[in-house]
Amino acid sequence: MMLLASGHHPVHHGFLSPTGVEIAFLLVAAVTFGAAVLTVTTKQLVHAALWLVVALGGIAVEYLLLTAEFIAWVQVLIYVGSVVVLLLFGLMLTKAPIGRSPDADSGNKWAALLVALAAAGSLLWVVVDAFRTTWINLDGPGQGSTKVSGSILFRHWVLPFEALSVLLLAALVGAIVMSRKSGDTSGAPGDAPRDKEQR
Amino acid sequence: MNDALDVALRLLVVFAVFLVLPLVIGQTEHKVMAHMQGRLGPMYAGGFHGWAQLVADGVKFAQKEDVVPADADRRVFQLAPAVALLPYLLVLVAIPVGPSEGAVGQVVDAGIFFVLAVMGVGVLGSLMAGWASANKFSLLGGLRTAAQLLAYELPMLLAAASVAMAAGTVSLPGILNAFEWWWLPWQIVGALVFFIAGLAELQRPPFDMPVADSEIIFGAYTEYTGLRFALFLLAEYAGIVVLCGLTTVLFLGGWHGPFGTDGLGWVWTLLKTALLAFVVIWLRVSYPRLREDQLQKLAWTTLIPLALAQIALTGIVKVAIS
Repeated sequence: MMLLASGHHPVHHGFLSPTGVEIAFLLVAAVTFGAAVLTVTTKQLVHAALWLVVALGGIAVEYLLLTAEFIAWVQVLIYVGSVVVLLLFGLMLTKAPIGRSPDADSGNKWAALLVALAAAGSLLWVVVDAFRTTWINLDGPGQGSTKVSGSILFRHWVLPFEALSVLLLAALVGAIVMSRKSGDTSGAPGDAPRDKEQR
Repeated sequence: MNDALDVALRLLVVFAVFLVLPLVIGQTEHKVMAHMQGRLGPMYAGGFHGWAQLVADGVKFAQKEDVVPADADRRVFQLAPAVALLPYLLVLVAIPVGPSEGAVGQVVDAGIFFVLAVMGVGVLGSLMAGWASANKFSLLGGLRTAAQLLAYELPMLLAAASVAMAAGTVSLPGILNAFEWWWLPWQIVGALVFFIAGLAELQRPPFDMPVADSEIIFGAYTEYTGLRFALFLLAEYAGIVVLCGLTTVLFLGGWHGPFGTDGLGWVWTLLKTALLAFVVIWLRVSYPRLREDQLQKLAWTTLIPLALAQIALTGIVKVAIS
């Protein structure tokens, strides 16, 4: 999605003489894409989680290159630091073997591929359609700095922000209710990432 | 060209600090623990009070064979120490030491988020080690590490958020520029929560359940030998430097002091950091290890409510004075 959004810039500003940032962007995008493909194709479960770290970290680097520093660090904090740790925690509780998992293949993979392609296509379409003429000036003061992000978020996007927080709160309450019903109170640590995103 | 030289010089200084300070803290720990327990500690290596003990240890580690267990996941196993150690080096780059422009490796706009995010990544090293060792003690250590991180990262973040609210910025030099002496009593609860949660994230005693040697040998690091094991140990001490430095910057006013702020600001920072490092060692000698359920209970029922209360207090005072 980001790949195409930036791929438009060289079209307007000379396709044959891309700047260093654009080249870096495309290279990181290639690495991210490769790691993402490996995440879903590797037969080793824990390796999939570790490739996911590379993919998510790559996206954070892309945010950095687009001057969205705040978003980049939050991406690392929430996804690499918490979601992947939770994933690994879950994997360690299972019997994930070292080496190939014989049952890592699913019969649903073609359906999953179809859904993934459809989702990627619609996202691409939305992003390209929305940001066709938007141009990020990488040289000026950071347009994705914490201050700018904060003022845009709380001036123009307060309603979606609040709606999202209500949604997350509902998910949090739901998690507590479900963990109580089964009579098992040891599920508390698992609620952490949701709780974190809620803040 | 001058800029490149400047950047290179800064990174070199940060790297030197990264190599020296953890060793200084390690040696201090040897000595402080020894004297608290009524003994002398290392006295021989290097002559004067065994100052070269850790250098000798490093030489010893470098000579040992680097063993990878036959059933281990080789690449993940070998990569894990680097993943554990490098994040602390990165964090060190962003910690400001003095008030001038030149006293920080690199000014990061969203500094608090940067340091907390990158510190969280370091734990992945322990998880990778725990899983890839193909050893049940390592696996248990990895599990405990993950559970501990999930429990303690939240109070740490909340406490840091309180300071960011007070200062109105998330940049570390910005927070120090806004610092006033009365922030100390105002943010004291947040400071305690941050420090305790940080200790737990570093797996220092009394929160060393993931490496509890009487139960699971040495947790995730059980199978490691030689230099790779030394790197994990170095990561622990680099973590102490980073945690104490961050607590100093966020809660104790960094370079601010009763006098001499202009010229000697960096001395104040180092002094406060050293004092906190002493407290870390002191706690190790004083308290027994917390059990796993006590660990979780402390985080979820004590630290998080305290951090939330601190945020509420910060908000109220902030509104009242503005």
